[in-house]
Amino acid sequence: MDVVPKWAEVTLIPIISLLLAAIFSAIVIIAIGEDPLNALKIMVQGAFGSTYGWGYTLYYATNFMFTGLAFAVAFHASLFNIGGEGQALLGGLGVALVCLLVPWPHWTIALLFAMIGGAAFGALWAAIPAWLQAKRGSHIVITTIMFNFIGAAVLNYMLVNVLKPKGSQDPATARFAEAVHLPTLHDILAPFGIAFSKSTPANVSLFIALAACVLVWLLIWRTRLGFEIRAFGKSQSAARYAGISGVRITMIAMLISGGLAGLMAINNVMGEAERLVLNPTEGAGFLGIAVALMGRSHPFGVFLAAILFGFLYQGGAELAFFTSIPREMIIVIQALVIMFTGALDNMVRMPLERIFLALRGKEVR
Amino acid sequence: MDFLTIIQILDSTIRLATPLLLACLAGFFSERAGIFDIGLEGKMLIAAMFSAAVAYVTGSVWLGLLAGAASSVALAALHGLASITFRGNQLISGVAINFLAAGMTVVIAQDWFQLGGRTPSLFGGARFEPIILPFAEAVADVPFLGPIYAELLSGHSILVYVTFLLVPGTWWVIYRTRFGLRLRAVGENPAAVDTAGVSVVGLRYAAVAICGVLCGIAGAYLATALQAGFVKDMTAGRGFIALAALIFAKWRPWPAMWSCLLFGLLQAIALRYQNLDLGVFTVPVQAMDVLPYVLTVIILAGFVGKAIPPRAGGVPYVKER
Repeated sequence: MDVVPKWAEVTLIPIISLLLAAIFSAIVIIAIGEDPLNALKIMVQGAFGSTYGWGYTLYYATNFMFTGLAFAVAFHASLFNIGGEGQALLGGLGVALVCLLVPWPHWTIALLFAMIGGAAFGALWAAIPAWLQAKRGSHIVITTIMFNFIGAAVLNYMLVNVLKPKGSQDPATARFAEAVHLPTLHDILAPFGIAFSKSTPANVSLFIALAACVLVWLLIWRTRLGFEIRAFGKSQSAARYAGISGVRITMIAMLISGGLAGLMAINNVMGEAERLVLNPTEGAGFLGIAVALMGRSHPFGVFLAAILFGFLYQGGAELAFFTSIPREMIIVIQALVIMFTGALDNMVRMPLERIFLALRGKEVR
Repeated sequence: MDFLTIIQILDSTIRLATPLLLACLAGFFSERAGIFDIGLEGKMLIAAMFSAAVAYVTGSVWLGLLAGAASSVALAALHGLASITFRGNQLISGVAINFLAAGMTVVIAQDWFQLGGRTPSLFGGARFEPIILPFAEAVADVPFLGPIYAELLSGHSILVYVTFLLVPGTWWVIYRTRFGLRLRAVGENPAAVDTAGVSVVGLRYAAVAICGVLCGIAGAYLATALQAGFVKDMTAGRGFIALAALIFAKWRPWPAMWSCLLFGLLQAIALRYQNLDLGVFTVPVQAMDVLPYVLTVIILAGFVGKAIPPRAGGVPYVKER
């Protein structure tokens, strides 16, 4: 029997871990001669104080929901997909090809096919490491790391040698046509009489990310496939004994994972940049790891963690603007969150176990 | 391509292979003891920053090296704490360490020097100077062997020679000493080591500490010998190439040296020729950049001999309760 009750496992442990990460972040901020409370105030103001701040926070959160879900789905099958970054890069290539090659009449149809293109390219990039893991036993962590680098090089080659418009010095594709520009939150909320900042990148992809959260929840906890994925993740030998094919689950979980990472491109490539540039993901693929760990691989947790990291990204940008704290402070905070929630979670769990054991001891008496 | 060009490319191969080899041997010690380490990159990076910063402030490259190694060992200790003491996920800990180093180096360098996250340029005693081997000048004019001695083997910094001497040193420690035997055993079957009355935790911490020192030297070499100062993200994936080299070498020291030299050669060629014209077709620079990763995937796939990692790698050791 688990010593720590389930409610504590999903609330207390992440919250204490987050607090520890916040305390260490505050120590770093004090060490470089700034006031952490003032920093927090600037971050909250910058991320939530205006519809402009909200627009950026939600834009980042959309990216992180996709990559967080991507990591979470594979993690349920005990597969450590560190390749979200490469899969999201390739997804960008898929979305860009869809947007550039076909003269779409309307953004709705374009978005539908861009989603297919992005997800297919992302899934393809996850398929090779998945197959190598399932069939040849190659460690998926190492192969997905390698595929991140290979993916970056493929994108680099495509942009510099193939997709760059003639006469352009900039390694990027041409701008997408006006018809495939996605409506922003400003466009969507205006008919309801809500004035939302015009100059933010948050767009209709946010709703697709929210839908993805719900669909992943249904998949993992309400379908036979989801059950098989979780069973395989808990015990491979028990799953095999129950007639679940390890090869099949590894492939399917990784294809879904890569597809979700690839889907992110509808937000950053189609929604924000409206063309494909070098390094379009800016580390969002890696951040998915932090988001999924923080959210305990549950879609609702991923949603909350994505908002939290959206806040950190937008607030951190404001911080660099108003104080001497550089933008890289976000990466430090991100590292601390991953460390405390992912690797040092037993450090929080062990004392909690002792407390709960002591409490239970009293009840019995 | 004339003789002198080949000598020059091989010369830069040695210089570029050195940090790879140091990090590769670092990973070797850690992984043979059963601790996966994908945080080699982060440890190199933080060592690069601290070595450059301290070398600049004190004017002594040796103090810089010491500071770099100390910072890298601190991160290694964190990795040990997470993966040995608290039996956490070693991969997640490695990911966190890479991010921690990527962020902290810029935050600290910006706070200390206000140069946008880099350190001031190093010169004089704050850098490792090349060592001219004896008689290098005298034999330089001897045909064929002269340039090989004077250009290729002579004129590297002391760290390069130390690194290549570390290869037989590592082989000896791992295969010919009691410590090495126990280290290998703890990576294959920690329960057996425990039964024999040897501390699994102690051995693994020792391996992780050696890994930290070697990564520290690798980072210091990057910032104070190969280049003159620290710049943001200067490791540029070298920690992962070293990891790839370790797998490519199937976790053995001598093959590790050869695979690091091979990957160093690829870097040297990519550095010299943007696009390599082979007459029939042109090899784009990106292909050269990814070749180490592609080769590693092929080796991992088991199509060319099987790469079998240490059996207890990545698994925290829990004493029988």
